[in-house]
Amino acid sequence: MRTVYLDHAATTPTDPRVVAAMQPYFGEEFGNPSALYALGRRSKDAIDLARGGVAAVLGCGSDEITFTSGGTESDNLAIQGVARAYESKGKHLVTTNIEHHAVQNTVKALEKQGWSATYVRADGDGLIDPRDIAAALTPETTLVSVMYANNEIGTVLPTREIAKAVRDWKKEKNRGLLDPPFLHTDACQAVGYCEVDVRKLGVDLLTANGSKIYGPKGVGILYHRRGIRIEPVIFGGGQESRLRSGTENTAAIVGLAKALEIAAAEREAESSRLTPLRDKLTAGIMGRIPKVVINGHLVKRLPNNVNVSILDIEGEAALLYLDARGISAATGSACDSASLDPSHVILALGRPYEYAHASVRFTLGRSTTEEDIDYVLDVLPEIVAKLRSISPVNLQFDGRGDQTIRKAFVDLGRPHWESNRSESRTASGRIP
Amino acid sequence: MEAHTKTDGQAEVINQHTGERWVYSDIVKDHFFHPRNLLLEGAKEGEFDAEGMVGSPACGDVMYMWIKVNRESDRITDLKWKTFGCGSAIASTSMFSMMVTENGGMKIDDALKIRPQDVMVRLGGLPNRKIHCSVLADKAFRKAVNEYFRATAQYERVIIEGAKIIDQRLNITDKDIEEAVLEGAQTIEEVQQKLKVGVGDPDALPEIEQLIRFYKEKYYG
Repeated sequence: MRTVYLDHAATTPTDPRVVAAMQPYFGEEFGNPSALYALGRRSKDAIDLARGGVAAVLGCGSDEITFTSGGTESDNLAIQGVARAYESKGKHLVTTNIEHHAVQNTVKALEKQGWSATYVRADGDGLIDPRDIAAALTPETTLVSVMYANNEIGTVLPTREIAKAVRDWKKEKNRGLLDPPFLHTDACQAVGYCEVDVRKLGVDLLTANGSKIYGPKGVGILYHRRGIRIEPVIFGGGQESRLRSGTENTAAIVGLAKALEIAAAEREAESSRLTPLRDKLTAGIMGRIPKVVINGHLVKRLPNNVNVSILDIEGEAALLYLDARGISAATGSACDSASLDPSHVILALGRPYEYAHASVRFTLGRSTTEEDIDYVLDVLPEIVAKLRSISPVNLQFDGRGDQTIRKAFVDLGRPHWESNRSESRTASGRIP
Repeated sequence: MEAHTKTDGQAEVINQHTGERWVYSDIVKDHFFHPRNLLLEGAKEGEFDAEGMVGSPACGDVMYMWIKVNRESDRITDLKWKTFGCGSAIASTSMFSMMVTENGGMKIDDALKIRPQDVMVRLGGLPNRKIHCSVLADKAFRKAVNEYFRATAQYERVIIEGAKIIDQRLNITDKDIEEAVLEGAQTIEEVQQKLKVGVGDPDALPEIEQLIRFYKEKYYG
């Protein structure tokens, strides 16, 4: 059976060139980088070289890069680290309602420990208005965390403009570059496809990892502007300039640097190759299957992300049928989450719950060919037809649904119990 | 979630949030890909004796069930269904429909005794957190049976599921707690999170705890 892997936003296969670069550090080059003898020094040199390579891609200094165990740890280090280091300046955080769980749950954890947070709402296209970020800032805000590209719907947020909005706000308040609030962005999904020069972007902290860019899993980086104070989250032997204790994972660090170097070199060509394939898949699904809604802005999105809600069917069931035909994809359905809550990102678009349950995400990658797309377009309509024949649901296409749904929801497709959730309204006053 | 096929053809499903993994049994897969007793066309006038519906697509699941009963023998001769649900919901409903109608059909009273665990045993197991998806068939069936009892003037047989208020201040019933446990809540804190309430009536806490234990035992024990 044909196998088509379309879940590159979940993780990517490790590039053979990366594996080759890592190989020596599983064998003869096993030394502890903290050791003084030659074997240890060689490991240290390898890490220094990797750090330099990463810094070159991000356009920053080597001392501004810290290696961690992955995107989640980098997000935790950035958010908890800055929040704690600047606790005396204020205890307010700004983030959005479409962040990855690594950011969202870190902010929530801090809320339990006395911090307050404002969740800026995305608009119906899954984008964030920089003016809304600026409007959410208070004199007590120490950190703003807004993702670069969304992992579920692939929207690319206006990171440069958000950075400018934060900078302008600081200028107005006579605050310098090294005064809070600082801007952190989780760029894990963006690194393979977007500009990641931190000086051009204007961000203060940036998270990236190996797993999404054909590098090894279990390794990440945090860029942090020189001079910004960060409290460590992990304590021990003081490695990584005391920011991240624990013996360095030399092989993974070398692999991540190699993966990042390849990603940067191939970024433009790969983006140009994938964009038409993405659009072909989107257009094909829309053309062949009735009652499909695209989640996220059509153009301001990653070249590899297609996210659709196929109404009246349940995402997990669709996934298992696709899997039986050799296709790997993902869903935002509740049946697929630990909490049995549907995707907060699809809900943030203002769509009803049943749209989240019906969402299917295809994320393309280096192995994706036009034949793969043709195969999906060939297989998907019959799967949808089969599941729709099982389903008793027949939603109105206007997204309002039938009587039972109207009763269950208050404004913006939110269930009644969430009607008074404290989230900021948009600065422009429009309903997002 | 990531679903991929292992070489032996068993679908192995890994939850990306929890890392929890399970293998759907061959029986589950068979029922999932070839559901039995599906109602593909709309029900015709007089084709069935009663109909039951539970859930809402907003909650991620809806179940419709139609039954035909032999008045003499009190046996269920036909049962058809339709669902908006995940793999486990489809497979367990298909199995439930088979159990009720096989060997000339079960007597109503016996069919009412089928518990979600019984369906699961026949399916060769389902992961714990998927039990939630499999109780819908049970509930839709009860509704259809009640409609049948009423239509045939057997009012004394109607099953009344009265909810009892446990927390006076927040109006939480035992049904709410049952739902929360089915959705995976294991502790008072998790139940409160599911119900989107804070700590209510402190006097109710011991009873809430007891109910959580009871439902955990009932569905996962």
